[in-house]
Amino acid sequence: MTDPTTTGEVHRLRAPISDEDWWRGPATAPVTLVEYADYECPHCQAMYPVLERLFNSYRDHMRFVVRHFPVTSSHPHAADAALAAEAAGRQGRFWEMHRRLFEHPGKLAPEDLLAHARAIGLDMGRFEDDINDAALRQKIEEDKRLGLRSGVNGTPTLFINGVRYDGPRSFEALADVIEREAHKGGQR
Amino acid sequence: MPALEVGAKAPDFELTDTEGKKVHLYDVLKEGKPVILAFYPAAFSPVCGDEMSLFQETLGEFERLGARIVGISVDNYWSVAAFAKAKGIKYPLLSDFHPKGAVARKYGVMRDDGIAERALFIIDPGGTVRYSYVSPILENPGADRLLEALEQMRAVRA
Repeated sequence: MTDPTTTGEVHRLRAPISDEDWWRGPATAPVTLVEYADYECPHCQAMYPVLERLFNSYRDHMRFVVRHFPVTSSHPHAADAALAAEAAGRQGRFWEMHRRLFEHPGKLAPEDLLAHARAIGLDMGRFEDDINDAALRQKIEEDKRLGLRSGVNGTPTLFINGVRYDGPRSFEALADVIEREAHKGGQR
Repeated sequence: MPALEVGAKAPDFELTDTEGKKVHLYDVLKEGKPVILAFYPAAFSPVCGDEMSLFQETLGEFERLGARIVGISVDNYWSVAAFAKAKGIKYPLLSDFHPKGAVARKYGVMRDDGIAERALFIIDPGGTVRYSYVSPILENPGADRLLEALEQMRAVRA
């Protein structure tokens, strides 16, 4: 019987990791995990603690990259939330905003985003300028466009070492893949 | 009957969209643009950015490549209209409800269990199938394969 969930086809990341990306972990890590995320998506919210735990468990072996994929047709606040994260990034605080957005589901209205920015101590004048900067909106659109080209088929979509990961999203399943990939890297 | 393959003549059809308008395939093709037919099993599926939402997010890219898209399911008109509204779908979603699945059957993508396959076709303006893909029923096929196929079609024309 054919598997109703997957073809086993390989979908490859079309956009290599660059200086434009937000990433944590060693640049030379044997495993790079890219998440295409939407801050308003409940599945991404559920994925968040799993990926945090994964990164904390494998931080010497794993580089964790976050790219934006706001599904704006169903999530009216997703694009603004992504903008808030990018604007925080301009003040060197991307990850703090990233965490805050996922840790406060349902708090993504414009006034909530301002409150988050204040809470993490951003320069508010600069933040408000940056969230209105067309260049940041453009960057998010570009993440999304390249994501579509790479086979992002919903949120979250994960790529592990450049290949779309369609397996189970539990910590244990992902930890197995990370260990396997790290081991392969060690042999190269 | 298996899904129509590349090179086949696309069967014509007329179905109702969510605004109650009749959409006639060969009239749409007269505009000279390729048309993507996205058959999907049923309205309302559980994943964020399900297939029809994902195509909504891809509309700009489809337009850039000069293509149009319509979604087709065997749901009744009211279900499809509610689905389009809930998901913010702006492209036509067509109801292949009565006789149920008649169009899906013509394209070889009607299943025995009463829903359509998750299948993608690209029809060129001349009415020929230029791309055909049946996805595993639970897998969102994504947009990358369509974008690639449309780019190839343009490269051939250029």
